[in-house]
Amino acid sequence: MQTVKMVVTGPFNSGKTSFIGSVSEIPVVRTERKITDNTRSVKEQTTVAMDFGRITIDNDLALYLFGTPGQKRFDFMWEILSEGMLGFVVLVDSARPETFREARRILDTFRGYSPTPFVIAANKQDDEDAWPAEDLKIALGLDAEVKVLPCIATKKESVKEILLELLYVILESAPEDKAPARKK
Amino acid sequence: MALKGNLRDVGLNQLLNLIYLAHKTGALTVQNDSGSAGKARLYFKEGRLIHAALDGQEARLTDVLVKVGKLTPDQARAVRSRAKVDTDKELGLLMIQSGMLNQNDIIQGVKNYLLETVYQLFTWRGGQFRFEANELPPEERITVAVSLDHLIIEGSRRVQEWEHLRDELPDLDVPLRFSDRPDTNLRNINLSVEQWKVVSFINARNTIRQIANFLKVDEFQIRRIVYGLQTAGLVDVMPTAAPAARPVAPVVPAEPVGRGVLLRVIDRLRRI
Ligand SMILES: Nc1nc2c(ncn2[C@@H]2O[C@H](COP(=O)(O)OP(=O)(O)OP(=O)(O)O)[C@@H](O)[C@H]2O)c(=O)[nH]1
Ligand SMILES: [Mg+2]
Repeated sequence: MQTVKMVVTGPFNSGKTSFIGSVSEIPVVRTERKITDNTRSVKEQTTVAMDFGRITIDNDLALYLFGTPGQKRFDFMWEILSEGMLGFVVLVDSARPETFREARRILDTFRGYSPTPFVIAANKQDDEDAWPAEDLKIALGLDAEVKVLPCIATKKESVKEILLELLYVILESAPEDKAPARKK
Repeated sequence: MALKGNLRDVGLNQLLNLIYLAHKTGALTVQNDSGSAGKARLYFKEGRLIHAALDGQEARLTDVLVKVGKLTPDQARAVRSRAKVDTDKELGLLMIQSGMLNQNDIIQGVKNYLLETVYQLFTWRGGQFRFEANELPPEERITVAVSLDHLIIEGSRRVQEWEHLRDELPDLDVPLRFSDRPDTNLRNINLSVEQWKVVSFINARNTIRQIANFLKVDEFQIRRIVYGLQTAGLVDVMPTAAPAARPVAPVVPAEPVGRGVLLRVIDRLRRI
């Protein structure tokens, strides 16, 4: 069984666990803890090591999705998680501009590990306070060619779209298959 | 006359039992010759363990207290730089006087360190040993007396666990893979950070040993972690391939994935 891996990252509470949960065929293996510090007011549970989901492609290929922990104090996991990934998604809570700078920091950190394809998902587009994807792109100071896509992580169709867009970016930079490798 | 031998023939437990029953005083030196090399020295007084030192390990009181979590590295540095004293006893006194720790903290810390050191020796499978009667640790060290009976029991338990793990996972030079048993109940899995770290390295090119080296965990720990993942149904050990000498390369990113694979993923995703 060959496995390929993509990473879902983003600031605390941006929707990473929801994103993976929407498409994974196995219940997301979560490592969540009750929050004990003052981020408590935002939510009850947070991911402390990573989330993990799976999509079976066919008999001998599976796609694994790894979600990073959102809180800064767990960022020692990031580099480890990004090892061998095909590409990554940075989820941003579009309704919380106070997290945009952190999103940018995360993006830069991941880009620093290796030149890996990525897309930005402007999440929570169903929230009435959500910034539109195009505005978010400017707010994050991103280059024109970077894909910033509207997203609702709780909806499977939306998550599917994001993953497909990421795959198209990956495809652009993928090497041609060597002819003999394609044995039937 | 010194007692000499090899741990292969006389186990550490047997030795400790002898020292315990005969109320011996002296130093036991063991030179590990299995797995990671190393040398240890254990000191006994009237059948009780009082001090242990591992080869190359700086075992000054401040280092010991940092290792067992009673002091932070910063605190240790502060004490060391302030102190014009160099014996452990003087260091201890200084920490007590400055209110950093109390006497009990220090004794507990030294004792925990002592136990952990000896437990490590239980995983050594072989090594020359030598018992020198009446030899005592350097005068300036702080010693605590640990009764050997409990230690022998705990040691035996660890030896059994170790042997069990070695039977379950005899070969570390194989890669891991995600289990594809569809019936695995992943719902209630609760993994430790160490386990997650190992999970994140799973791919056909990384052997268990390479993962362990990269994460700086020893053979006992990596076996324990992997065994836990196996029993949780999350991973399998890949069947050993051809035993061709595998170059021990550092963990490397996966090879670029070809377009064929990507197109299969895209095709499948469109249909879910
Ligand atoms: N309205 C709306 N809420 C969302 C969306 N995605 C996630 N949420 C909610 O946002 C909150 C955080 O989602 P999580 O999936 O836990 O976020 P996370 O990034 O995994 O959080 P940490 O692991 O703590 O960093 C939850 O209450 C989700 O229900 C979305 O697209 N729209
Ligand atoms: Mg989460």
